[in-house]
Amino acid sequence: MYLAIAPFFVLFGVFVLIPVCFSVWLSFQKYSVLGGIGASEFVGLRQFEFLVQDATFRRALFNTLVIWVLGTFPMLAMALVLAALINNVTRLKAFYRLAFFLPNVTSIVAVTLFFGALFSEQFGLVNQLLEAVGLTGVPWLSDPWAMKVVVAVLITWQWCGYNAILYLAGMQAIPGDVYEAAQLDGAGPVRAFFSITVPLLRPVILFTTVISTITTLQTFTEPQVLFGSNTAVNPNSGGPGQGALTMVLYFYQQAFNNNDYGYGAAIALGVFAVVLVFVVINFRLARAGEDS
Amino acid sequence: MRAARPLRRHWRSLVPHLVLWVGVVVALFPFYWSVVMATNTTRDIFSTPPKLVPGTHLLENLQNVFARIDFWGALGNTALVAVVTTGAVLTLDSLAAFAFSKFEFPGRRALFGLLLLLFMLPAQLSLIPQFIIMRELGFVGQLQALVLPAAANAFGVFWMRQYMSTSVPDEVLDAARMDGCGFFRQWWHVALPTTRPGLAFLAIFTFVAAWNDYVWPLIVLVNPNVQTLQTSLAQLNVSFGTDYSMVMAGALLAVIPIMVAFLFLSRWFVADGVAGALK
Repeated sequence: MYLAIAPFFVLFGVFVLIPVCFSVWLSFQKYSVLGGIGASEFVGLRQFEFLVQDATFRRALFNTLVIWVLGTFPMLAMALVLAALINNVTRLKAFYRLAFFLPNVTSIVAVTLFFGALFSEQFGLVNQLLEAVGLTGVPWLSDPWAMKVVVAVLITWQWCGYNAILYLAGMQAIPGDVYEAAQLDGAGPVRAFFSITVPLLRPVILFTTVISTITTLQTFTEPQVLFGSNTAVNPNSGGPGQGALTMVLYFYQQAFNNNDYGYGAAIALGVFAVVLVFVVINFRLARAGEDS
Repeated sequence: MRAARPLRRHWRSLVPHLVLWVGVVVALFPFYWSVVMATNTTRDIFSTPPKLVPGTHLLENLQNVFARIDFWGALGNTALVAVVTTGAVLTLDSLAAFAFSKFEFPGRRALFGLLLLLFMLPAQLSLIPQFIIMRELGFVGQLQALVLPAAANAFGVFWMRQYMSTSVPDEVLDAARMDGCGFFRQWWHVALPTTRPGLAFLAIFTFVAAWNDYVWPLIVLVNPNVQTLQTSLAQLNVSFGTDYSMVMAGALLAVIPIMVAFLFLSRWFVADGVAGALK
């Protein structure tokens, strides 16, 4: 038996368990890349003291939270509506599911390159359309707020269908006679959606909110491909004004561009703490909703 | 009145489809538009009004891609990593999951709890030490560095355990035991054949994740001659005055294999897989 689980746990130990413990240790060190472990120096809580005072980390935290709000809640609301619609139609169900799921298997890098072209400031299709209807183009890739909107749109496009499929799976578990009873009582489809579907889906909604919160708070690839450049070359990395510098992008720059492993590890733990706080808030809100 | 009713009902059933079609257009438009971009020149797309239909410059754009990056080398590396990772995950995870779901042994609950706990920790918490370990092993810049951490897939163990505990029949296992089958033969002859849909979902999930992974290859593939599709694609974007048609031609070519694989296997992926993940 142990022979069966051993290969997995050996890999798991070496590449997950030990690294996590090692990261915690690193966050109390000033690590020298050249000297290795032997030459690192214990600095106590200094990395964390620096972290809470670091204006750049605070900016990254703010950016990440804005992207989280813009990229999670509208997306989940739309997914819920799409799922309810698919659940109500009889024809083309399989087609809709497939079409809405396709964005999710496309690589984030490819999608990001695409949206980069779409939102390109001078000639991108979005600005061309805006100008065609008489509006002025938006500096999508250099205005701090527009940059966050672009990242949020990217996240929404890629994850909306995925969450809709999850909701659909939950809806199909709701017995049909509940709806029939509601119909006999004179409730229309909209009323049924709010007073039957949404309350009965609460566990799935909580699940998707938690998963989306965890993934969005760790947004990295979209801003890295659009705005990331080596900090050693460009201190403004994360886009103009660092408007799209997320927490994990900052982690990556400190750890792998600046080779500051100790501070990188401290940022990683900081990100973990933020994620944990927001997941706990999610659960609290869900419980408060249940009681009322 | 009599005529109005069926008409209203007809409308009622049409409205959801209309809204859903708007969604479909939004979901699929990027695929169409990237074909348009990849088959025209950048100047054509950015002209006013822009070209909205596919053009004839695909080969030219692809040649520009091949001139900038080693596309086929990157494709080969990505395919190799994805296949080996998927094979390793299916084997290791189904073995461990079989032990966890059907057998009692000391430490079972503690080990499974540890697995779940670490599963919830964010990836970047282990990235720096993983890089240091890979450097010690001499794997930095090599493909082994991608396969090894990805093979330790805790999600797969969790998922296969859930799947096996309901779909592998205990009576058949008992019968196999009576016939003198050991653990590994029970795994091979009973557990694997009865969990094919679960394995298929895990295979696609792992394959897609390995194919699309970006963060870890970006960190560990320091050698410019050994890259994956995702890291090569990202390099197309860095130069000033980007040739978008060229970039989209590369992105499109990199996305096609995974799209084809997905469309073939989508029955499992969309229906059973995601529904099962909720249990």
